[in-house]
Amino acid sequence: MALLEVEGLRVSFPTEDGVLEAVGGVSFSVEAGRVLGIVGESGSGKSVTALSVMGLARGAQVSGQARLDGRDLLTLAPDEMRRVRGRDVAMVFQDPLSSLHPLHRVGRQVAEAVRVHQDVTRAAARARAVELLGEVGIPEPARRVDAWPHELSGGMRQRVMIAMALANEPRLLIADEPTTALDVTVQAQILELLERLRAERGMGVVLITHDLGVVAQVADDVAVMYAGQIVERAPAATLFAAPEHPYTWGLLRSVPRLDAPRERELVPIQGRPPSLLHPPGGCRFHPRCPHVRERHRHVEPPLEPVAGDPRHSVACLLDAPTRRELRQGPVA
Amino acid sequence: MAGYVARRLLWVVALLLAVSAITFLIFYTLPSADPAAIRAGRQPTPELLAQIRQNLGLDEPVYVQYWRYMKGVVLHFDLGFSYASDAPVRDQILDRLPATISLTAGAVVVWLALALPVGLISALRRRRWQDRLAMGAALVAISAPVYWLGLVALYLFSKDLGRFPIFEGANTYRPLTDDPAAWAASLLMPWFVLAASFAAFYARLLRANLLEVMSEDYIRTARAKGVPERRVVLGHGLRPAITPLVTILGLDIGILLGGAILVESVFNVPGIGRLAYDAIRQADLPMIQGTVLFGAFFIVVANLLVDLAYAWVDPRVRTA
Amino acid sequence: MSEPLLEARDLVRHFGAVPAVDGVSFEVRRGEALGIVGETGSGKSTVARLMLRLLDPTSGTISFDGEDITAARGRRLKALRRDMQMIFQDPYSSLNPRKTAGAAIGEPFAVHGLHTGSGERRRAVQELMERVGLAPEHLNRFPHEFSGGQRQRVGVARALALAPRLIVADEPVSALDVSIQAQILNLLRDLQRDLGLTLVLISHDLSVVRHMSDRVAVMHRGKVVELADADTLYRAPKDPYTQALLAAVPRLQPSSASGASSPSSS
Repeated sequence: MALLEVEGLRVSFPTEDGVLEAVGGVSFSVEAGRVLGIVGESGSGKSVTALSVMGLARGAQVSGQARLDGRDLLTLAPDEMRRVRGRDVAMVFQDPLSSLHPLHRVGRQVAEAVRVHQDVTRAAARARAVELLGEVGIPEPARRVDAWPHELSGGMRQRVMIAMALANEPRLLIADEPTTALDVTVQAQILELLERLRAERGMGVVLITHDLGVVAQVADDVAVMYAGQIVERAPAATLFAAPEHPYTWGLLRSVPRLDAPRERELVPIQGRPPSLLHPPGGCRFHPRCPHVRERHRHVEPPLEPVAGDPRHSVACLLDAPTRRELRQGPVA
Repeated sequence: MAGYVARRLLWVVALLLAVSAITFLIFYTLPSADPAAIRAGRQPTPELLAQIRQNLGLDEPVYVQYWRYMKGVVLHFDLGFSYASDAPVRDQILDRLPATISLTAGAVVVWLALALPVGLISALRRRRWQDRLAMGAALVAISAPVYWLGLVALYLFSKDLGRFPIFEGANTYRPLTDDPAAWAASLLMPWFVLAASFAAFYARLLRANLLEVMSEDYIRTARAKGVPERRVVLGHGLRPAITPLVTILGLDIGILLGGAILVESVFNVPGIGRLAYDAIRQADLPMIQGTVLFGAFFIVVANLLVDLAYAWVDPRVRTA
Repeated sequence: MSEPLLEARDLVRHFGAVPAVDGVSFEVRRGEALGIVGETGSGKSTVARLMLRLLDPTSGTISFDGEDITAARGRRLKALRRDMQMIFQDPYSSLNPRKTAGAAIGEPFAVHGLHTGSGERRRAVQELMERVGLAPEHLNRFPHEFSGGQRQRVGVARALALAPRLIVADEPVSALDVSIQAQILNLLRDLQRDLGLTLVLISHDLSVVRHMSDRVAVMHRGKVVELADADTLYRAPKDPYTQALLAAVPRLQPSSASGASSPSSS
């Protein structure tokens, strides 16, 4: 049994202009000790998926299942879910400056994470906070424990966020764009830290990002999201070696890469991300797909395994031979 | 922090000097001719006029007069002499100060006790009936002129005039040291009347601030840690939301200590406000000058204290 | 070799006690695309603004087309603005929300007294819009009615209005979705080729800079630590900081793909 099993997750928000369907039926699983990368652009629903699993999506209608070690988080009472948050599942957010409380010292914020779930004294919690800050690679943790968030650099702040998340030895860590706001050298350090922590603790990790490079580097499995749905899911190596979905091809083709020839032409994906209030009918990617057929406007493609690899699924109405042919052309 | 305090103190001194100079100059350049006559009050005798001229050195150039005045204020805390009421300005002001402090302090307690819970609940129950009711009432309280509110309160509730005689009416003030019970009883209505518009304003402000704070990322982090909602609101949300109120509170207290003219007049509380009002009616220039300077002093000091409090509350300000 | 279009020598710019730019010298050759890459605090954005005289240097000189423009003021500076333009990072905040796209794009005309007939101006604006891939009918739309990528196109059109010779683009695609970035990058490349523009591209994204630039300057803490043509710099970086920077960029070929079938890309 996987650590986290999400099945048929749907999340919608009632707005003045109608119902906004942020996540339209998403299923995936995360194994203990493995990293699932969820890749998508703005409006793909990747963040909302994570927030919904954590029970943090305010004002949302959520349906489906999210089973952590067999226990469906979505059916828990608010108070039960609160006990799960920060203890069994923890989350790290994108912008550590705005995600840390500006008026609380960092040690206090980390210690609070401990005291919410463990019955320990203030002194013990503070000692644990110092320990955690050291574990995430903050130099001189005993001194830094009393620092204000604005006194630390971006990388340090993100380490504090990670320390807070680890306070109660969660089995699952969700990191939502943890390095997007950071410089590339700092990003490398933080990714290395996450990798080390995962290996040491056997945590399952969900890493949400728009950066394909980050996913390639860190993830074991990848789910590509578009317009609130998963369009392709595969082990990372497979996804980059033999992607099956036209959107994935589009992403790989449109991104400049250091490991490709410099003169390689960037091929953008035409059009723009769809409205989630009135999503396109049929295959949601069809208005932007260069290989669209009439049928694709009306029929929704199910997420189905690719022949020969049960771990690789794709939601595309084109049949496998056609896709293979198309992929031989200038793909990625 | 120490550097910040020192810088602000210097600024306070400079400000007070500037205020006193401007006040002095305004009264000095008042159009009607004779400075002595202005100070003498109504129907002065020629002897009085001569005496005034001599005391104040009115024939001397303005900066000399200013210098003497300031020397008096700074060294002896002497704000001049009110010929209209035949007493030193300072003594009269100090005499009335306790009443003003009583009125201000009580009103502050009342309006904070009202505004904080109301603002909090309104924010948490946004758009529900509690919120709409509270904000509606707040709007009325802000819109009602305070003297009208005072008169209506007297008309309805004062023991001597009112339809439902519950509270002590106007003119019943007793100093705290004389008779605490009577002191409190006499100030109940004035406190609530004075507090009304402030409570409304602060409640609205707190509501707005709290709504904004509660949508911040760090609140989401607190929830993600599993912090119970009550603690999220009170421990994480309230403090950033309240900080701007601290600033305003200090300023309001500073202003009120200069005298709440309207409330003091309606309820005949013998405070500085009433004193200033009487002085204006009697064209008692030294008294007017004195009360203005006094009020300015409180505002400037209040400003300073507020800035210091803010720096203490929000560590990001200290490095600025 | 022809004279450089823009030359910066020993540029220094302090903010208070902090030297944001600490002795920077480089030249921008005619018709080339020069990339300036660096992390936060490297000074690259400050250099961009110094080049365009949006900021004054604390010391050092800038010459444009052989002429020293370090102290240019008033009319001379205004005339210079016709030759050098900037594209900004954030399409959400660099456009006045109360001005239509047409007004924003046409504003340079108004400032410099060009295309004064109202019909003429509208035509000129629409021509620009077409060139950057916007529908000319949209000239009366407001920024909030456009997507991020389209807003950035408006910014590009505005920069092109005066037919400048040099365009400095400060993080032109960082705020955009990945699939839109390629659209804007291709647009810039096409424009550069079609109009013979000289382009200076500032970015923290090493892959973007490599793709777009002929030569690349790497900045670190206010200094240029390495300047070379793009191929050389990326293949054989000399400076340890450049090496560290390149090593930190996550590669798309996953480390777990042990010599498996390479993607049909390379």
